[in-house]
Amino acid sequence: MAKPRPAGAIEPELKASINQALELHKHERAPLISVLQDINIEFRYLAPEGLKYISQKLQIPLSRVYHVATFYTAFSLTPRGEHIIKVCMGTSCHIRGAPRLLDALEDRLEIKAGETTEDLKFTIETVNCLGACALSPVVVIDSKYYGNLTLKSLDKVLKQYTAGTKAHSIR
Amino acid sequence: MADTFTAPEELTAYREKLVAEHDPDKRTIVICGGTGCLASGAQEVIDAFRDSLAKKELEHDVALRVTGCHGFCERGPLVVLHPSGLLYVSVGTDDVEEIIDKSVVQGEPVERLFYKDGEGNVIRTQDDLPFYKLQTRVIFGANLDLDPRSIDDYIRIGGYSAMAKALTEMTPDAVIGEVTKSGLRGRGGAGFPTGVKWASCRKAEGDVKYVICNADEGDPGAYANRSLLEGNPHGVVEGMIIGAHAIGASEGYIYVRAEYPLAVELMRGAVEAARAMGFLGENILGSGLDFDIGINRGGGAFVCGESTALMASLEGRVGEPRAKHIHTVERGLWDQPSNLNNVETWANIPLIVNRGADWFTGIGTGDVTDNPWGGSKGTKIFSLVGKVNNTGLVEVPMGATLRQVVFDIGGGIKNGKRLKGVQTGGPSGGVLAEQHLDLPVDYDQLVEAGTMMGSGGMIVMDEDNCMVDFARFFVKFLENESCGKCTPCREGLVQMGMILTDICEGKGKEGDIEVLHELAEVVAEASLCELGKTAPNPVLTTLRYFPEEYEAHVRDRKCPAGVCKALVTYRIDPETCTGCTVCARGCPAEAISGEKKQPHVIDAEKCTKCGICYDNCKFDAVIRD
Repeated sequence: MAKPRPAGAIEPELKASINQALELHKHERAPLISVLQDINIEFRYLAPEGLKYISQKLQIPLSRVYHVATFYTAFSLTPRGEHIIKVCMGTSCHIRGAPRLLDALEDRLEIKAGETTEDLKFTIETVNCLGACALSPVVVIDSKYYGNLTLKSLDKVLKQYTAGTKAHSIR
Repeated sequence: MADTFTAPEELTAYREKLVAEHDPDKRTIVICGGTGCLASGAQEVIDAFRDSLAKKELEHDVALRVTGCHGFCERGPLVVLHPSGLLYVSVGTDDVEEIIDKSVVQGEPVERLFYKDGEGNVIRTQDDLPFYKLQTRVIFGANLDLDPRSIDDYIRIGGYSAMAKALTEMTPDAVIGEVTKSGLRGRGGAGFPTGVKWASCRKAEGDVKYVICNADEGDPGAYANRSLLEGNPHGVVEGMIIGAHAIGASEGYIYVRAEYPLAVELMRGAVEAARAMGFLGENILGSGLDFDIGINRGGGAFVCGESTALMASLEGRVGEPRAKHIHTVERGLWDQPSNLNNVETWANIPLIVNRGADWFTGIGTGDVTDNPWGGSKGTKIFSLVGKVNNTGLVEVPMGATLRQVVFDIGGGIKNGKRLKGVQTGGPSGGVLAEQHLDLPVDYDQLVEAGTMMGSGGMIVMDEDNCMVDFARFFVKFLENESCGKCTPCREGLVQMGMILTDICEGKGKEGDIEVLHELAEVVAEASLCELGKTAPNPVLTTLRYFPEEYEAHVRDRKCPAGVCKALVTYRIDPETCTGCTVCARGCPAEAISGEKKQPHVIDAEKCTKCGICYDNCKFDAVIRD
């Protein structure tokens, strides 16, 4: 059995990924944001031990790492779900019914935007604009785009992701 | 792939070889692989074409070209056949076999896949479609001719020839002179003359100089930059190399929104390909220019579209703007002279160098001979979205009227409704009303009307859109995106947002509108950067052009468009209701009851005012007041 790691110690997997990201971006004069981006995508959030490790490796004060990590909306400091549902709240989506879609989605998954379901299956996020305005309203799940959504078609889409899971019965 | 080029003649010879090897009459299936079409299922269609061509052993006789955005996103996935020019819209995987068997092999059209307009006219080719026919696609047109992953495609159609010309035949001053003479103004929004900016940066003293491409297209509702990055990435790279030569820059950065993963991927590929050919690196084409480009991803902060905030972000810091007492062309990125231009601005540069300033000034409005601010030249790509029939990207000469864009090209308002307003310029812009339909759209006319060009978003609204709600949408947007550094923007927007929310919720009071005006003035006057300075525009223009709508909310507690939930109620007209039960079955709140074939009733206590019943009822029996 593996020895339990001391509290706050960094997972080897996270450490390896950070080292890899640091190597990839070592030619950049200011690699902090690029490294955070890579880790945030791979692990779906930025763990505190990871931020500490990045701060040590880049010789950047931890406070500044946190300043950056909390400023940009792309970064999450809490674990996010297996499926990240991004609801576009851009202008075109707004006038073609995005607020209603978001209401419905929050209602179906019983979480608010920015939150993650208890089983870590889904996170709902809102984004300013996904740049697919001709197909508004648009929702992106993981990296797949769903355009021209109605409440009905949204339910159909959701069903593909909830199939086989006990949670979140979709009406 | 060729070896690294060290002289312009080698590039010319290579292009000639590519042209000679290219059979212009070869049957080609051109499929749009832009984000819009991908969202409509283009990837599956592309895969189906590839499989089917292989199965029929046609892959050598028939070429398949996956391009960037064609612009007509409304009807994607789009397929264009070459050389016949036939255009098929909304193509699905089921259509693939038939297109190959009938159209590609036998040269017969598949009638049902043609575009049909509102009057039932069948349009067979792209050239006949008003959406394309009425545009002037000088920047955007190349998207159809090339695979954005292929530098050879770009070179074949003349790509990098402007770079070769600028680097080896033109002095930096000559390049700047040509750009200044062209009257090109910044496509990111404010419309600063590009040549003037370049000249200041060239003159500025520094150890190194930077050129930066602002691809942080943050304006919600605008995606023209995205489609340029994804459709013709080399055009942007070429523009930047020419800029580096003109300004004397040795390093370049492209700052792309992380929300555009495909653009990031394609730009990275383009930069690598250009480097492999020697268009980036040391001593480019033997001209002595050393220049390279790095790509950075944004972090989802709208304020990073502002130049000083963007540069702070490139430096690995939070994207907070600074006061521009000293311009970034003198001290920008890492305190060195930095020239930042928008994607579309860069994409214009190769065209101006190749075709000349006189060609460019032939398009657009005003006279820029002695005054670079004297007019708006060239074309502009607008993202025409919202309640318009043909949504998509539209490139028109500066000075085209709203009527031409929204009605002639855009095909008018969806579902036969009436146009209420057109929003331009994103959160920094404003709303134009019906009275502006014949306004020539250029930098100066828009500013005069209280809005701005911004990055080319054009959001069409109909009678079902509430202008107060819309103003609140932008104020809330900016409230969230305000970086918080300066007080007028940080606090002023919160106050404006509270007043607008009150008005939308039926809690507006006399005097609110006056306070809004006052706050707007302070925020515009005293904010540090353009985000704050322009933030009141959506409020000011809606107050100016739609005052009656504000009054209806405040005095009558009514939302005429039926958008503001607190101000509307839904009921069912028992006379018109047929008892079809559609509304009851569709109600997520289970607030509707009634027997089959009997009039239904909405329980006001349970009703969440989502409006689904209103949309679903085929008999107009659901009434919103």
